[in-house]
Amino acid sequence: MESQIVLLFFVLVLSIFLGVELISKVPSTLHTPLMSGANAISGITLVGAILASGSSGEWSVILGTAAVIFASINVVGGYLVTNRMLSMFKKK
Amino acid sequence: MNIEIIQDLNLNLLVNLAYIFASIMFIFGLKMLGSPETARRGNLTSASGMLLAVIITLLDQNIISFQYVAIGILIGSLIGYFAATLVKMTSMPEMVALFNGFGGIASLLVGSSEFISESDMSSFLSFAIYLTILIGGVTFTGSLIAYGKLSETISGKPYLYKGQQIVNTLLLLSLLIVGIEMIALGLSNLSNVELLILICSLAFILGILFVIPIGGADMPVVIALLNSFSGLAACAAGFVILNNVLIVSGALVGASGLILTNIMCKAMNRSLANVLFSGFGAVTESSSSKSEDQGEVKPINIQDAFLILEAASSVLIVPGYGMAVAQAQHSVRELGELLEKNGTEVQYAIHPVAGRMPGHMNVLLAEANVSYDVLVEPEDVNPTMETVDVCMVIGANDVVNPDAKENEGSPIYGMPIIEVDRAKTVFVLKRSMASGFAGIQNPLFFKSNSRMLFGDAKDSVSNLVSEFKD
Repeated sequence: MESQIVLLFFVLVLSIFLGVELISKVPSTLHTPLMSGANAISGITLVGAILASGSSGEWSVILGTAAVIFASINVVGGYLVTNRMLSMFKKK
Repeated sequence: MNIEIIQDLNLNLLVNLAYIFASIMFIFGLKMLGSPETARRGNLTSASGMLLAVIITLLDQNIISFQYVAIGILIGSLIGYFAATLVKMTSMPEMVALFNGFGGIASLLVGSSEFISESDMSSFLSFAIYLTILIGGVTFTGSLIAYGKLSETISGKPYLYKGQQIVNTLLLLSLLIVGIEMIALGLSNLSNVELLILICSLAFILGILFVIPIGGADMPVVIALLNSFSGLAACAAGFVILNNVLIVSGALVGASGLILTNIMCKAMNRSLANVLFSGFGAVTESSSSKSEDQGEVKPINIQDAFLILEAASSVLIVPGYGMAVAQAQHSVRELGELLEKNGTEVQYAIHPVAGRMPGHMNVLLAEANVSYDVLVEPEDVNPTMETVDVCMVIGANDVVNPDAKENEGSPIYGMPIIEVDRAKTVFVLKRSMASGFAGIQNPLFFKSNSRMLFGDAKDSVSNLVSEFKD
């Protein structure tokens, strides 16, 4: 358990550095799609929501299902709206 | 070892490998968002990563019933689909704020569900749950308030009240106490459910009190910050269920939000603390009194404006949110094309805070079919501003306010601006002499090279377009 947590912290720290590197290179033209796209990624909490919603406890299921609904809105809406915006960016 | 255990191990390995693969797809997706040519594919890559993560999660053997999972995904996807398809591009900031909030509440619910079902918790797990609920709750209500301010269902004015500091301090203190009680002590007779409700309520109140004192003009910063929070909430939830894909993606989003927050703050020459805690409107009083004796504004009519534009060899268009409100972007694009046909070089200078979220103006112009390679940033145009024949300021105000350079008493002093006042001629398209979103007077209007083109921006630009066509 403890070694696993340490490992996850390691992953966390590396991801933050990676994120900073990646995002710094995005031009300001794309900041809105970047934001809505990143927002869709934060809907990854859907994974946790699915596990909770499919579990056994009554309250877990209720809370989990509510979480699934919200996270799905975030994921599906986020990716679709980002795609919609990006499809408008054209060069002559 | 019997076969079942080996199968379990294999499945577990498969699931984890798939999660790693999904993380890689998120990373590549974000990388591809770095250029307009690859951005769309990047988004698709990232979405595929999400699909993979969801499908592989469904293989988890702890899931005993798929019924509610399926119903939840169906309802959420439908709402998300319609919201994403129907939203207007001008309303994008509200939409992103709302989605952000949903991400936050989802993380909060995941944490809560874990808290209720788990009877024997390590203090690390309690701590992770506490953080998930706290960040998720603040993200949720904070985003709802930001949504309200952006859509103007609630006033965009900074809401300040007496004793604000005391209330905030008390709130933070109670959050701290409840946190310590939950993680370490367990002294009180509160059941898990009661404790949960208490923390959630405190987090919700904190989110509201956090955003409500911040003015509408500062919402771009707030959305960027809340975007970061929604990532951090997912990240904390990742520690709750010990899942690496949540941690990686949460951290990526957290970092992205922080960078955007930083960019926005720099564009306004203010520190994050100043944006969050100052209540912008409060300081504007002192500077506006001086602006009375700045001379008279010089109006111009459509015909004269047309003649000047026709003779210009370079035109710089500076759009602001007012252009989007007037829905003038399509006429503006048409005017730009006509000018180009006339042999004029046309560029669009876009200030980072021109819209109501980072990059908002670029999206609005892209929607109007303006090619993204004629969009330039202030640093690109300011050095050569003297050579620009005509600057057309359409619905922008604060981002072209020379007070930012000249008047030390101005609340926007020091903010990087598009220095249109140095161009040969400046047209300011404006409905009336009212001040901008930030409520500050603008001496640009009184400069000798400025001409005011009064009226609805869309009508004015359309009239210019028809002059060109005649």
